Amino acid sequence: MYAQMVKSEATQDDPEKLKAFQERIDAGDKIEPKDWMPEGYRKTLIRQIGQHAHSEIVGQLPEGNWITRAPTLERKAILLAKVQDEAGHGLYLYCAAETLGVSRDEMTEMLLDGRMKYSSIFAYPTLTWADMGAVGWLVDGAAIMNQVPLQRTSFGPYARAMIRICKEESFHQRQGFDIMMKMCSGTPAQKQMAQDALNRFWFPALMMFGPSDAESKHSAQSMAWKIKMNSNDELRQKFVDQTVPQAEYLGLTIPDETLAWNEDKGGYDFAEPDWGEFFDVLKGNGPCSVDRIATRQKAWDDGAWVRDGLMAHAAKKRAAKVAAE
Amino acid sequence: MTDQQEWPLWEIFIRGQHGASHRHVGSLHAPDAEMAILNARDVYTRRKEGVSIWAVPSSAIAASSPSKKGPMYDPADDKTYRHPTFFDIPKDVGPM
Repeated sequence: MYAQMVKSEATQDDPEKLKAFQERIDAGDKIEPKDWMPEGYRKTLIRQIGQHAHSEIVGQLPEGNWITRAPTLERKAILLAKVQDEAGHGLYLYCAAETLGVSRDEMTEMLLDGRMKYSSIFAYPTLTWADMGAVGWLVDGAAIMNQVPLQRTSFGPYARAMIRICKEESFHQRQGFDIMMKMCSGTPAQKQMAQDALNRFWFPALMMFGPSDAESKHSAQSMAWKIKMNSNDELRQKFVDQTVPQAEYLGLTIPDETLAWNEDKGGYDFAEPDWGEFFDVLKGNGPCSVDRIATRQKAWDDGAWVRDGLMAHAAKKRAAKVAAE
Repeated sequence: MTDQQEWPLWEIFIRGQHGASHRHVGSLHAPDAEMAILNARDVYTRRKEGVSIWAVPSSAIAASSPSKKGPMYDPADDKTYRHPTFFDIPKDVGPM
C-alpha cells in the first residue's frame, strides 16, 4: 500500500497503562494527540503516516510527467487538478503525523536521506498517455481499498485525514478508468497502448498491498492498535475481484495466465507478483528510484530561498507593525 | 540546510455556503497570516467547501486537558432534564 512493510515498534510501557489504552481502542475510542499513548504506537504511526504522506508527494511525479503532453486541454486540466489533489493529500497527512511530535521538515529530510520510504509503485516509469489511465484506475483503485477502512483507524488526526482523502480519491480512479475507456474504444493501436499499460502496471499494483502478512507479528500489533484494518492478502484479493470484471468491460486481458474464478472461495485465484523485485524496489533499486529522490532533493534545495525569504519578509512586516504602534 | 526556522503552524477554520459556523478543517504551515489564508484556499477549498477562511496560529489555541475529561463532562450525565424529550407532554396539548 502507500505505507508498505511498516514495522511496528516494540513498546516498553507500564503494563497497566497499556491495558487501559488497549481497552480504549477496543471500545472504539479515538486516540487524540495529547492523550497518553504507548511509545511504540506513536513511533509506528509516525513511520506509517509519514510514508503515506511521502507517497502522495512522490506520486505526483509520474503523473506530472504527462501534464504538458496531455492529448486535450480538458485532459490537461483534469490531470492538473488530480496532481494538485495529491499535493493536498500529502499535506493533510504531514499535518496528522506532526501531531505526534515530528516536524514536516524532519520528515522531508528523512525521505531524502533514505531513512523513510515511499510506495514502491511510484518507482515505475509512466511511458505513454495510457499509463495515466492505468495509474488512476489501478493505483488509485488499490489505494482506495486501503484508505476506506483506515477512515476508522484509532488515531483521530489520521482518521480525519483519511475521510478527507477518500472524498477526493474516487474522482482520481474514475478519471483513470475514463482514460482507459477512451483508449479502448479508439484505434487498434490505441487499445494496444492501453493493454500495454495494464501489462506493465498489473503486478506493481498487486505489490502495493505488500507481501502476505498472515504470520507477521508487526501486522498483528498494528491490527490490535487499529492502525491497520485488514491483512495485505485480504485487500489484494478484494482488489483483484473488483478489477477483473472492469478489465473485461474494457476488453483488456489481465497479464496472468493462471487467473481463474474459484467458486469455493468466491473470488479469483491469481499469480503472486515477484516479491524479489518488490524488495529490490523498496531498497531503492526501482527503475525510477534514483530519479524520484533526485527530483525531490532538487525541489527541496531550489525552494530553500523561497522558504527563507518568506520567513524574513514575515519578520520584517511584524517588526514594521510593532514600530508603527 | 539553512538556519531559518520552519514555517509556523496554523489552524484553519472554514465557513460553508449555508450559514453554519466556521469549522476546524485542519492545519498547515505558512510564514504569516496572509500566506496562511492563501495556502488554506489551495489546500482546503478546492471543491467549493467554503466562502470564508479563518487562520489562527496553532500556538494561540488553548485546549482543555484530556486527563480532566471526567470532572469536565461527567456532571452533564445525570441532567437528562436539559433535553426536551425528558418531559412527556400529552398528545391532546398539540404541538409544543
